[in-house]
Amino acid sequence: MTQRYVIIGNGPAGATAAETIRRLDSAADVEIVGDEGVPFYSRPGLAYLLNGTVPEKLLFSRSDREYASLGVRRTVGRVSRIEPTHHRVVVADGRTLAYDRLLIAVGARALRPDLPGIDLDGVVTLDKLEDARRIIRLARSARQACVVGGGITALELAEGLAARRVETHYLMRGERYWASVLDPRESELVEGRLAEEDIQVHRGVEVRAVIGHRGRVAAVELQDGSILPCELLAVAVGIQPRVELAREAGLETGRGVWTDPMLQTSDPDVFAAGDVAEVLDPVTGRRVCDSLWSSANDQGRAAGASLCGAGTPYQRPAPLNVTRIGGITTTLIGSIGGGGREDDLVSLARGDSGAWRERLDAFAVVADSGADQLRLLLGTDRITGAVVMGDQTLSRPLQHLIRERVDISAVRDRLAEHPGDLGKLVDTLGPGLGAR
Amino acid sequence: MRAMTRSANGGMLARLLHRDRRQREALVAALVVAEASRCVECGICTYNCPVGIDVRAHVRLGTPIADSHCLTCGSCVARCPRGTLRFEASSVFAPGPKASGG
Ligand SMILES: Cc1cc2nc3c(=O)[nH]c(=O)nc-3n(C[C@H](O)[C@H](O)[C@H](O)COP(=O)(O)OP(=O)(O)OC[C@H]3O[C@@H](n4cnc5c(N)ncnc54)[C@H](O)[C@@H]3O)c2cc1C
Ligand code: SF4
Ligand code: SF4
Repeated sequence: MTQRYVIIGNGPAGATAAETIRRLDSAADVEIVGDEGVPFYSRPGLAYLLNGTVPEKLLFSRSDREYASLGVRRTVGRVSRIEPTHHRVVVADGRTLAYDRLLIAVGARALRPDLPGIDLDGVVTLDKLEDARRIIRLARSARQACVVGGGITALELAEGLAARRVETHYLMRGERYWASVLDPRESELVEGRLAEEDIQVHRGVEVRAVIGHRGRVAAVELQDGSILPCELLAVAVGIQPRVELAREAGLETGRGVWTDPMLQTSDPDVFAAGDVAEVLDPVTGRRVCDSLWSSANDQGRAAGASLCGAGTPYQRPAPLNVTRIGGITTTLIGSIGGGGREDDLVSLARGDSGAWRERLDAFAVVADSGADQLRLLLGTDRITGAVVMGDQTLSRPLQHLIRERVDISAVRDRLAEHPGDLGKLVDTLGPGLGAR
Repeated sequence: MRAMTRSANGGMLARLLHRDRRQREALVAALVVAEASRCVECGICTYNCPVGIDVRAHVRLGTPIADSHCLTCGSCVARCPRGTLRFEASSVFAPGPKASGG
């Protein structure tokens, strides 16, 4: 009998799951229902659209033609309800879709802080293509913009606006950028670059209210009563997995939709993957959320196989992101905890992992050569995390050393003394590692 | 007459081939390889390729970029914001015993 699979959400988790199902079951009926009216695109690429590095049409990375040739149907619609007992989902336009097995891959949404005036026209978040288009439109006429929040997205917003010649103010509640993940020197490097890009960084300030004029943002009021005029307020204080559908359907949820190692939810015919899922980390036994493109792909692949009954437990690799933070190429991998307080984020951000705030039983050693900086977290016999800023030669070897939990006891003392020697030592840790 | 022409052409062709091969050796001694897990499909590589190779599609589908008309100009490698792409010495085109003959 033909199995019918329904996938809610056309992001990397949903799309990769569809591909996987098709590979395993050539006869299956596969439908992706997503609420964005555009073909599949790169969500992280929105930052590059904003700063002008890439035109919009280049973001569409998986064409409808590719879906068609896979025999995957993509339909547009907002799912308003899941009815597990009837094995069907209800779409807002009135359709009902019957499923044998269902995947929830609806991602996460940007949070808005609870502030007076937060719903004014001109307060923006960056979740989807529509948001990026709107920000670009607003930036054409805005003279000044304020950005609040933390993590990578806040900076991408600030840099995108500055690149569009809007006078940009980045308002931090804390004393330094992303203190929970970066160490003080790393924050300083980033903040220095922001200044070079003409972004005005304000420390220790908090927005008390958004002030409007005829329904549009005109200024923000700070906690000391001062007023900063702006026509645009961009907010990136964190994200929230879209758990409502699952919760209302009676599935177990926490921060995200709870899954077991097969990515199955508390209903045996319903699975979850990507930003919406709170997965069980087999190593620590804890539930974790990531907001990472590669994690969404990995989980989509694992869930796709599970949906077909061919799953193996999802192995969560040490979370990795390589991105430009304040123009500095930066690799974040494993457990890196910056030691500071999370003042600017109320939850996980985009391109972020809960694991980065952890400090396992490890100590930090730093090699600093001006614009480049390397921080290693050394455990007893392995490297548990690393931050590589600037020169990226060691990014790939470290990805391997950390993800594969390579034993470094033989060189640990030397690394503790001279972390910068890692480059010379990688070949002794694994043949060919240096060439990666 | 015919034989002469053929031999003249043959010589020219051989010289041309020789030059062409040397050029290829120089250019293609390295090839662009990708680590797909780092890619976020942003399209910057594809956008900046001077010969219009859809680098991103190669990355995702895991097909070697050397198969196309890659100039190994390095534009995609330099611009990828994620360190997904890198050059790797090519064993296929590297000068080896066979190439040293003619
Ligand atoms: C600006 C920005 C920068 C980022 N930078 C990075 C980065 O540097 N590195 C990195 O690894 N990751 C980054 N990310 C995060 C990355 O994009 C996400 O982790 C990834 O897209 C998650 O994939 P997903 O498939 O779980 O969900 P999504 O990609 O969010 O897709 C979910 C889809 O489901 C749709 N949907 C929601 N509710 C419904 C409903 N009820 N019915 C139908 N459809 C619905 C949504 O509209 C969306 O299209 C960034 C994201 C953004 C926005
Ligand atoms: S530029 Fe890099 S991250 Fe972007 S699509 Fe190309 S390979 Fe992927
Ligand atoms: S090296 Fe140059 S020619 Fe080759 S794929 Fe990259 S950009 Fe295109």
